Amino acid sequence: MTPNQPINISTNQLFNYTLHLADNNLILGHRNSEWTGHGPVLEQDIALSNIALDLVGQARNFYQYAAQLKNDGSTEDTFAYLRDANEFKNVLLVEQSNGDWGKTILRQFLFSVYQYYLYQQLEKCSDRTIASITEKALKEITYHIRWSSEWVIRLGDGTIESHARMNNALHELSEFTDELFIPASYEIEIARQGIMVDPVFINARWREKVEAILREATLPFLSEDNNKQSLSGKEGQHTENLIHILSEMQSLQRAYPGCEW
Amino acid sequence: MPLQNHEEIFQKKVDREVRIEPRDWMPDQYRKTLIRQISQHAHSEIVGMLPEGNWITRAPSLRRKATLIAKVQDEAGHGLYLYSAAETLGITRDEMIRQLHVGKAKYSSIFNYPTPSWADMGAIGWLVDGAAIMNQVPLCRASYGPYSRAMIRICKEESFHQRQGFEILLTLSTGSDAQRQMCQDAIDRWWWPSIMMFGPNDDSSPNTAQSMKWKIKRFTNDELRQRFVDICAEQVKILGMNLPDPELKWNQERGHFDFGPINWDEFWNVVNGNGPCNKERLEARVKAHEDGAWVREAAVAYANKRKTDPRQATAPSSSHFEAGQSLLK
Ligand SMILES: [Fe+2]
Ligand SMILES: [Fe+2]
Repeated sequence: MTPNQPINISTNQLFNYTLHLADNNLILGHRNSEWTGHGPVLEQDIALSNIALDLVGQARNFYQYAAQLKNDGSTEDTFAYLRDANEFKNVLLVEQSNGDWGKTILRQFLFSVYQYYLYQQLEKCSDRTIASITEKALKEITYHIRWSSEWVIRLGDGTIESHARMNNALHELSEFTDELFIPASYEIEIARQGIMVDPVFINARWREKVEAILREATLPFLSEDNNKQSLSGKEGQHTENLIHILSEMQSLQRAYPGCEW
Repeated sequence: MPLQNHEEIFQKKVDREVRIEPRDWMPDQYRKTLIRQISQHAHSEIVGMLPEGNWITRAPSLRRKATLIAKVQDEAGHGLYLYSAAETLGITRDEMIRQLHVGKAKYSSIFNYPTPSWADMGAIGWLVDGAAIMNQVPLCRASYGPYSRAMIRICKEESFHQRQGFEILLTLSTGSDAQRQMCQDAIDRWWWPSIMMFGPNDDSSPNTAQSMKWKIKRFTNDELRQRFVDICAEQVKILGMNLPDPELKWNQERGHFDFGPINWDEFWNVVNGNGPCNKERLEARVKAHEDGAWVREAAVAYANKRKTDPRQATAPSSSHFEAGQSLLK
């Protein structure tokens, strides 16, 4: 690529990146909200719904910014409801099925820690809208980490059964954590433009924090070479999970096109 | 003090609108009535999460999705306040939940109706939350302190729910033909069950007099129902929709809307467990509880370990976060 790239390419990469941030939040928020009304205890049902709400709220902020960047009449809902799975740029981790409460908690924890370190960088980035969205989100994410890590510890170091379940969850999800740190084409591009750092940069901190909590939870560490996943959610290659999520989420918008709701 | 004096003092306090607090003397029957009523109310909030929870994953816009999550979450909060209020009367939440799961405790029958369409989210907000508010506003002055305080918090949120519901219907009512039809259909299905939420007619409601003397109730079922009909009959005009009652008509003499006969057979049928979704609703609650058993057990086991684990003797048990926080810096 030449240094004098046309402005629309850089805007396009920023647009893709913004959608990527939005999609991560929407899909995880959606997954969490599947628990609403079905949690193991009322207080925790409320807590997880609250996190779902925070994530959907963050997603909306990013989608609204994406709509501004695109500037063709698109709205937050166009992005959420009228794109196909191969246009979604969320990481595979967030679309994984809820499984039991332990898997849901662990998925939240692994993602929240990633999000925390990422947003700490984005909060200082040169794009002012992204900086302000992430700054506000960090307050919420701090709580998400607190809540999810407390539960990871409690369940990891709880009963024999809960320990075994957390072990399983760890096994299932560790397949999807490497993707967080493998840059997609648009991440490389916006890193080159100095808007954002390469995600590899936060990998060590993420691992350090995750391992500290796993240690306290008496759970094994994630092995370094568990990347067996060849798909890239960031690039629009998804597991079947996302197809199911979207066919449910988008059903009304697809069945009644062009309506106000 | 002889029992009679206790009763006299109690009733005088109630008459003077002094709130009864958990440690005050109260008649056994008063306590029992409250436990039944408050726990039933709490269960209704929790079971009530299900028909609307159904639509969270299918809400047609991000704004609707967020509001619906928040609403259903509010209902969980209401359940929580009410279980806590009931616990002050000497029953545990576990016991109340057990009674719900074995079918001993009831919850509002309205939640045994299905929610096949998005418009149901609007109709539930407008009519079901609306009827709930009508019932609950007077309860903010209930003689039992913890109950009345719980109701004050709840009512604030309910009126918000009602407005949101109405707004969903209003949007549909100005939308496409299909949307307008969806809107009318939901109103048709929810109207009569909502009217039934006020309970049996006064002449077949034997406990009303005592509850009113104790100031748990302030108005009779029929009084509240009439007030609700009067309000909805006007509001439905804003929607340009109809209430499914050919006999609904303004009665100048009474200063109220007349309305048609209620199908009490249907009401009792649903109360007695034969509504369209009684089985699903209860099964969903029981399943959530059973699936969550290992989580609750682990939390207890972990808390016990923390108490006895000598490694923890030097560290406060709330230290995960601080430890986490320092790692995050
Ligand atoms: Fe409620
Ligand atoms: Fe409500």
